[in-house]
Amino acid sequence: MITIQGKGVSKGIAKGPIYFFRSPDASVTKKTVADVAGEKARLAAAQAASIAQLNDLAEKCQKDAGEDMAMLFETHAMFVEDEDFVQSIMDILEEESCNAEYAVDEAGKQFSAMFAAMDDAYMQARAADIKDVARRILDNLTGAAAGGIDSEEPVLLAADDLAPSETLQLDKSKILGFVTRGGSGNSHTAILARTMGIPAICSAGEALLESYQGRMSYIDGETGQLIIDPDPITLAALKEKFEKQAELKTLLETMKGQEDVTLDGKKIMLYCNIGSPEDVTAVLNNDGQGIGLFRSEFLYLRASDYPTEDEQFEAYRTVAAAMNGKRVVIRTLDIGADKQVDYFNMKKEENPALGVRAIRICLNRPEVFRTQLRALYRASVYGKIAIMFPMITSVWEVKECRRACKSVMKELDAEGIPYDPDTEIGIMIETPASVLVAPELAELVDFFSVGTNDLTQYTLACDRQANDLGKFFDPHHPAVLRALKMAADAAHKAGIWIGICGELGADLTMLPTFLAIGIDELSVSPASVLPLRAAIRQSIAKTCTLEKLEC
Amino acid sequence: MKQFAYTIQDPLGIHARPAGLLTKEAKKYASLCTITKNGVTVKAGQLMKLMSLGVKQGDTVTVTAEGEDEDTAIAGLKAFFEANL
Repeated sequence: MITIQGKGVSKGIAKGPIYFFRSPDASVTKKTVADVAGEKARLAAAQAASIAQLNDLAEKCQKDAGEDMAMLFETHAMFVEDEDFVQSIMDILEEESCNAEYAVDEAGKQFSAMFAAMDDAYMQARAADIKDVARRILDNLTGAAAGGIDSEEPVLLAADDLAPSETLQLDKSKILGFVTRGGSGNSHTAILARTMGIPAICSAGEALLESYQGRMSYIDGETGQLIIDPDPITLAALKEKFEKQAELKTLLETMKGQEDVTLDGKKIMLYCNIGSPEDVTAVLNNDGQGIGLFRSEFLYLRASDYPTEDEQFEAYRTVAAAMNGKRVVIRTLDIGADKQVDYFNMKKEENPALGVRAIRICLNRPEVFRTQLRALYRASVYGKIAIMFPMITSVWEVKECRRACKSVMKELDAEGIPYDPDTEIGIMIETPASVLVAPELAELVDFFSVGTNDLTQYTLACDRQANDLGKFFDPHHPAVLRALKMAADAAHKAGIWIGICGELGADLTMLPTFLAIGIDELSVSPASVLPLRAAIRQSIAKTCTLEKLEC
Repeated sequence: MKQFAYTIQDPLGIHARPAGLLTKEAKKYASLCTITKNGVTVKAGQLMKLMSLGVKQGDTVTVTAEGEDEDTAIAGLKAFFEANL
């Protein structure tokens, strides 16, 4: 039996083969080949595999995320077998006697350039679709299956740590759990695991050897252990936990369709945090009542250049429509700090968490901000969108954001493009400054949402990315909770609602404190909705106390 | 050969979604189906070429069908354009 001790960051037990994630190699090299017929056969196989994957995706979307998303994948499948595209690949193969990878890459470039050159923003955006399709065929040619996981059966994904852009590209249906050498409870892998409701272990260190690739293992997100070849006693214990987990899941199923209300009638808006339109499936499966935080960064992290207004509009519209009139709070660009994007060409900062990030970038670069706001307002007629600004510290920032919104609405008016003029505007409370001026901020917005990870980081002067701060990074610290109460009191005095969209919202031990403070909304990872609903329905708000605010 | 002219009503023009659907529709028939805009003709089954025509709202396109089932094909395509574009 081999036991590797890490830190459990997402609960649950999973069993599967270990699979080491490698970043897909984006470069394609040209090789001369004698056997062109052989290359054609490889190409045909890769096309067939691509079409099968895309049709699968389309079918999944049809059931979960609505017809528009499904149609996107169907269109991609058609691109794969498009006569002209295929012809052009074949021509390159024959003329240059080259490898299939090179021919696909070249044809993909030609066709995406054709779309990029059109004088129509929508068609220009389709260039990205062609690139995406070419990438998929290439991945199938090289054996790096979609999402970089080349395995028939689902796996326990092992890595040093995963970058946000990498986690976005993973084929999530192939992942049973995560184990990383580095990372912390706040790393993107941990957040992704909790969104998916699967176990994850981080900080496993060097004991996690690449030679374990393919070994059947267990991970336990509670104890933080990875176990290979368990002895009979350990195996029995693991199996028992596994069964309990299955039982609990059945029990939680009964919570679907129930109201989020305490025994004494206090209603809570129980929403979800998502990071991409695909996550809507998980929201609907777990009966989330809305989306309290849609991180728009994925649009920027996935791309190699600024996403266009139409690309953004599509994403926002898809989510708004899929949520069918339920509130969807979309947070504007929140990059900087730990989330860096090359094409923004940001200056290197000593202290990025205290640097030009989030709303500061938007206010410094009105064009980037305007594009996103236009996309948001255009999407607002397709559902109930609310716009949320991150990293606010001052009243003037909010006023400037509101001015930017107004000027975008004026533009849309002039162009005759419909939007919802009553789209709610809110801000994140994640800096001590915003807590201290909360009464004035509350007069300017429709809601507050507290980002507990950053509020803890800035209140306690603890870097959330640092792995060894341990007990110093304490989101339960009375200072953080008192800040929460100050913001809540200011919100309620101004007649607006306040929510929590940080990880702390899902912490069941904190629920009585949140009820005592009077938090109106909790936005959590989809997998946390049903356990939290069960807890809310057993609570009595009136008897909850503020004892945790005492030192 | 059968044909009809149609002026696009859809605000987005022949964008990816209807283009995809149109490709599917055209493949139902044995006839050769084409779309022409400003003298450029593409087969209705050529998805990328069809999109690259950049057909917008207000543009008029000519749709043709030629082959053994051209009557059914042209009726089907007409119904498709009216319903989707």
